[in-house]
Amino acid sequence: MIPAAFDYYRPKDMAGVLALLDTHGDDARVIAGGHSLIPMMKLRMADVQHLIDLQDVGGLSDIEIGAESVRLGALVTQADIIDHTGLATAAPILREAALQIADPQVRSMGTVGGNVANGDPGNDMPGLMQCLDATFSLVGPEGSRDVPARAFYEAAYMTARADDEVLTAVSIPRPTGGFAYEKQKRKIGDYATAAAAVQMVRAGETCASAAIAMTNLSDTPVFSAAAGAALEGTRVDDAAIKTAVAAMLADIDPTEDNRGPVAFKKHVAGVILSRAIARAWSRA
Amino acid sequence: MPKKQHYTLTVNGREEEFLAEPRELLIYTLRERLNITGPHIGCETSHCGACTVTLNGKSVKACTLFVAQADGAEITTIEGIGGPDDLHPLQVAFKEHHGLQCGYCTPGMITRATKLLEEIPNPTEEEIRFGMAGNICRCTGYQNIVKSIQAAAAEMSAAKEAAE
Repeated sequence: MIPAAFDYYRPKDMAGVLALLDTHGDDARVIAGGHSLIPMMKLRMADVQHLIDLQDVGGLSDIEIGAESVRLGALVTQADIIDHTGLATAAPILREAALQIADPQVRSMGTVGGNVANGDPGNDMPGLMQCLDATFSLVGPEGSRDVPARAFYEAAYMTARADDEVLTAVSIPRPTGGFAYEKQKRKIGDYATAAAAVQMVRAGETCASAAIAMTNLSDTPVFSAAAGAALEGTRVDDAAIKTAVAAMLADIDPTEDNRGPVAFKKHVAGVILSRAIARAWSRA
Repeated sequence: MPKKQHYTLTVNGREEEFLAEPRELLIYTLRERLNITGPHIGCETSHCGACTVTLNGKSVKACTLFVAQADGAEITTIEGIGGPDDLHPLQVAFKEHHGLQCGYCTPGMITRATKLLEEIPNPTEEEIRFGMAGNICRCTGYQNIVKSIQAAAAEMSAAKEAAE
């Protein structure tokens, strides 16, 4: 498992990164923790001739908790999320999800930026960020721009990020209410057979708003507005949960693979979403 | 042919300077270039944890890092944790509690466990199983691995209390 040869760069600032991307175009890739990219390079499924390491670019590992929003630099690792006490209060769903990603060693290296930018349908953070209505900051030769997570994913490994742009940060409006990240996997460290991110706000006895997104059940993460809408105004009883699950099932499009046939994946998606809604509501 | 680059690593407190291609995986640098053969190659796909080392204070899998990424880093392998004449409490505990059968996963297990006990000095069984989830024992000797780590944790806590 020896990857093809490449030239390696470790620029000190984003201008240096962008200059290298401009020079080498499609032949260049940026690397953060590398725990999606390196396995693909070892399998020679990713052809990278120029590898640009972001680790020396300043400011990309910051976690900023503001009154209105939380901002995570692209190089914040899953382990950083788990260990950050402020984040556990400000956006506890992030920690709950990060703890279900891979294993301790992989979480030491795997980053938020890599997880969301890669466009792998199996990654957990894209669906989570759609649930939370996060915004991704991109910087490129034309300057910087923000793209909503809900509009970022086009197909497997295809995103709104252009080849000459770098994803630098993820910003999340401070979530309110109850939350749950529920994931079914074959073994610890596996990608999801199905996973659900749910964030719900309670008003008295009823649900005021709900955001629901699903992972690894289509070639992109699936934000199901219909599933969230099915819960709003209800008491989140069994009937409401069933309606939400039916709405979600109409939005996903799983394919058969070594995690099971389509019918099984739909079944698991329903079970996982029901559990996630129940847990989020119990915390709302 | 890509040019070899000059790299510096501090491994188990010793500075190592050498030339290598950037694509060289850290596990090969350690084992084949520096003859540090404690970290093993198991799956080579970042699943099994046999190649676990501590890199700048964090547990990582050395099969999924290019040497170029590690340039300038401080690395600890099982060789830096304890030797035949000064076994680490975890090594003693693995020996006493039969925490190894074939022993292939053991360097990675113990290297990871040293960090786990820094993170959680007195872990519960559940915390051990979760914290060691990145290390696979194909002999399936998990029961005794858990016991060994619990015994080492107790020993290390007692030693720390005695010192205070």
